[in-house]
Amino acid sequence: MMRIPTSALIGLILTSAFFLMALFAPWLAPYGVGEVVGDVWEPASWEFLFGTDGIGRDLLSRMIYGGRTTIFVASAATILSFTLGTTLALSAVVIGGWTDMLLSRFIDLIMSIPTLIFALVVLSVVPVTLPVLILVMGLLDTTRVYRLARAVAADVNVMDYVEAARLRGEGTRWIVFREILPNVLSPLVAELGMRFIFMVLFVSTLSFLGLGIQPPDADWGGIVKDNKEGLVYGVPAALLPAVAIASLAISVNLVADWVLSRTTSLKGGR
Amino acid sequence: MSPIVLKLVSQRIALGLMLLLAASALIFAGTQILPGDVAQSILGQSATPEALENLRRDLGLNEPALTRYFNWLSDALRGDLGTALTNGKDIADSMSGRLQNTLFLAASAAAVSVPLAIFLGLLAVQFRNRWPDKLISAVTLATISVPEFILGYVIMYVVAVKLRWLPSVSILRPGMDFGDKLEAIAMPVIVLTFVVLAHMMRMTRAAILNVMESAYIETAELKGLSAFQTIFRHAMPNAISPIVNVVMLNMAYLVVGVVVVEVVFVYPGMGQYLVDHVAKRDVPVVQASGLVFASVYIVLNTLADIIAILANPRLRHPK
Repeated sequence: MMRIPTSALIGLILTSAFFLMALFAPWLAPYGVGEVVGDVWEPASWEFLFGTDGIGRDLLSRMIYGGRTTIFVASAATILSFTLGTTLALSAVVIGGWTDMLLSRFIDLIMSIPTLIFALVVLSVVPVTLPVLILVMGLLDTTRVYRLARAVAADVNVMDYVEAARLRGEGTRWIVFREILPNVLSPLVAELGMRFIFMVLFVSTLSFLGLGIQPPDADWGGIVKDNKEGLVYGVPAALLPAVAIASLAISVNLVADWVLSRTTSLKGGR
Repeated sequence: MSPIVLKLVSQRIALGLMLLLAASALIFAGTQILPGDVAQSILGQSATPEALENLRRDLGLNEPALTRYFNWLSDALRGDLGTALTNGKDIADSMSGRLQNTLFLAASAAAVSVPLAIFLGLLAVQFRNRWPDKLISAVTLATISVPEFILGYVIMYVVAVKLRWLPSVSILRPGMDFGDKLEAIAMPVIVLTFVVLAHMMRMTRAAILNVMESAYIETAELKGLSAFQTIFRHAMPNAISPIVNVVMLNMAYLVVGVVVVEVVFVYPGMGQYLVDHVAKRDVPVVQASGLVFASVYIVLNTLADIIAILANPRLRHPK
C-alpha cells in the first residue's frame, strides 16, 4: 500500500468532494438554480442554509450549481489545452528544425499579449456561449502547456532509448506516443493541477466582468457579480465564492505538490 | 558599455519592436477570426439590412482585411485611434485621462509593493523554515489562490463596510489635490499590492536562496560574518539582477491586474473603459485599448530583459 502524506490526503478528499458535488449538483441542491424562493438577501436559516441572493434565490443551490459550471468549464478548457499543448510540443521537439522554430516563436508571440486582454478582445466579437468560452480559454492556455511540455520533452528527446528507437526506424508517431510521452507525463500531471486552478480563476474573472457564463446560469464569478451591491449593506453573500474558490485551489495545489515531489528528477524546465 | 552588452541590448530592443508589430496584427486578427460577419454579431440577429450596411461601411468592412489592418495601424501610429461606435467620440481623447489614472494607480501600487516585497523576501530568507517564513508563505499562497476581484471585495467588506475606514468606491474628480487622490485610491492599491506581492516576494526569496547556496556565501559565513552582513554584502549584489527582473515582470502583471481591480472599485481608468466596451461590442475601442495594454506590457517586459542584461556582471567584462 502506497503511503500518502496527510496534506495530500486532505487535498485528495476535498478535491474529490468538489468534483462529486459538481457531478451530482441536481440531486444535492435543495432548490432549482433560477428558482426565486424567498425574500431578497435573507440571512442564513434552516430553510436557506446560506441565505438568499439579491433576487431571492437560494444561495446554497446557486453555489452548488455554480460550482458545477465553473468546474466543468475549467476542466474542459484544461483538457483542451493539455491535449493540444502536449501534442504540439512533442511533435515540435521530435520533428525539430523549422517546425519547432516557427511554432515556438508563434507561441512566444501569443504570450507577449496578456491573456486576459487577448481574451477580452476576442470575446468582443464572438457570441459568449459555453463552447466558445471553453475554446478561447483552452486555446490561450495551450501556450503555457506548450512551453512546459517542450522544455521537458527536449530533455527526454536526447535520451539513449529515444535514439535507439530512431535508429531501429520507428516513425514519428511511435516516438512521440510510445517513447517520449510516458516519460514527460508525471511533471505534466503536476502542472495539470496548476492549469486547472488558473482556469477556475480565469472563468470566474470573465464571469465577474459579465463576459463569461451568462445568466440565469450560475457560476462562482457570477455570484460575486450578482451580489456585490449587498456588500455595502453588510450582506457577505458575495464573499461565499471566495471561500469555495480558495479551498478548491488549495486542495488541488496540495495534490499537485505531492505528485510533483514524487517526480522531482523529471521536473524539466521549471 | 562593452560591445557585447550594446549588441545584446539593441537586439532585445529590435525584438521588442517586432513583438509590438506582431501583437498589433494579432489583436486586429483577434477581432476578425469569426467566420461570420462582425457587423451581424455586433448588432445581433434582429438588425435590419440597412443598419448592417451602415455599420459595415463605418467599420470599412467592405475592404479587404489586410488594407484595413494597415490603415488602422498607420492611423494608430500617428495617434489617431478612431472613433467609438457607441458614442461617436474620439477614442484617443477619451483614453488619455483614463490612461493617466490607470498609470497613477499602477505606479502607486508599485511604490508600495516593491520595497515591501523585497523586505519580506529578505525576512523570509533570514528566518528560513522558521515561523516568520512559514507565515509569509502561507499568506502569500492564500492570496494567489483567490482571484483579484474576490480579494478586492473581501478587503472592501472588511475595510470600508465593517471598519468604515475608507470609502468603498474610488472616485477621482478633476479638482482633487494629491492627498485626496491618494486617499481615494488607497483601497485598490492595497488589493493590487496583495496581488503582486505574493509573486514578487516568493521569487525574491527563491532568487536570494539560490545565491545563498553558492560557495562564496559559505566562505563569508565561515569567516564569521553576521547573517545580515552576509546577505547585504555578498548575497544582495548577486541577487539584484534576478530581483530587478522579477520586479519588472510584476509591473507588467500589475498593468493587467489593474483591469479587474478598476471594475471592482469603479475607478475611472483604462480597465473599466475596456471592459465596458467589450460588453457593448464596440470593436474600435476594444482594439485600441487592447493595443495600449499590449504595448505597455511588451515595453515593460523588454525593459525587464534589458535591465537583466545590464545588471549581469559576467557580460560587463568579456573574455
